[in-house]
Amino acid sequence: MMRLLYLLLLLTAGAAQGAEFGPLLAEKSSVTFVTRQMNVPVEGVFRKFTAQMLLDPARPDTGRAQIDIDLGSVDAGSDEANEEVKGKSWFNARDFPRASFSSTAFRVLGGGRFETSGKMSIKGKTLEVRAPFTLRQEKDMLVLDGSFPLKRLDYGIGSGIWSDTSVVADEVQVRFHFVLTPVRK
Amino acid sequence: MIPARYTHTAIALHWLTALLIVALFPLGVYMADLALSPLKLRLISYHKWLGVTVFLLLLLRLAWRVSHKPPPLPDSMPLWQRHAANGLHHLLYLLLFAIPLSGWLMSSAKGFQTVYLGLLPLPDLIGKDKALGDLLREVHETLNMAMLVLLLAHIGAALRHHFIERDGILARMLPFLERGDSR
Repeated sequence: MMRLLYLLLLLTAGAAQGAEFGPLLAEKSSVTFVTRQMNVPVEGVFRKFTAQMLLDPARPDTGRAQIDIDLGSVDAGSDEANEEVKGKSWFNARDFPRASFSSTAFRVLGGGRFETSGKMSIKGKTLEVRAPFTLRQEKDMLVLDGSFPLKRLDYGIGSGIWSDTSVVADEVQVRFHFVLTPVRK
Repeated sequence: MIPARYTHTAIALHWLTALLIVALFPLGVYMADLALSPLKLRLISYHKWLGVTVFLLLLLRLAWRVSHKPPPLPDSMPLWQRHAANGLHHLLYLLLFAIPLSGWLMSSAKGFQTVYLGLLPLPDLIGKDKALGDLLREVHETLNMAMLVLLLAHIGAALRHHFIERDGILARMLPFLERGDSR
């Protein structure tokens, strides 16, 4: 109930102001992921990414996003892993330096939840992904939090000996935390 | 002469621990120098599971030891040997505690949680800290070298008692010997 009220408040506040959010506060935003190695959750992070987003909480269906992740900026938990994961059998970051996600499809799921669906391109493969997220307004910022599962083998991430999913699981949980500032008109 | 023996439980716990250490030590040395591969990750996990098992066995052993007095040493044994044996056993127990603990802490500091048998996550007692992780690795290795030396002394003493002094000390801890008093 509180969430609904909050959402209503957010929506009406947004509608009243017609507030669009876009520019990303990079230092407050993050793209992280969790892999499972022998069933041990291991957290990783991409230190460099850019995001062009436009989102109006009052009219989420007009939202759009283009997110580019510098795969060479990966921190997979250890120096050894970082070297490995940039290599050919994983990201092949030399030939495919960026992963990108682009979407013009945003919708309200209800209960304070939203969803975007779009195209994820990694290592030359493009697949449709859906990512649910929540929105909250913090002072004059819009904070967007979400996560979605990604099957690494769909993109050929971790091929050869690493395709053994009993050691490194196929499913990787990707989490994003974006802090957007209002669009100045 | 066969003096009083350790209990079946104590004997089983002792040899099970011995078997695990014989597996753990070379496994640890081997996996540490492997290049990153699925095999390495698998072996590290097995090493951690076995190490946790040694730790759990130690807790059982301590509980058993407190409630079951070990058989008395033969009267023929000189006092200095009694003290040496007692000291050595204490040090071995200490290392059986400290080595798995240092491995567990090292894993946490390196940012890899220990999930026992892939099922039971152990809490991370310390957070991720690269420098601390490297230090704990040194500690883990050094403690293991100490363990190696102490084990050689332990085995050497047992063999000396058996083959030179022939005082039946080793037989107290040998499984499948049913002569004498097995409580």
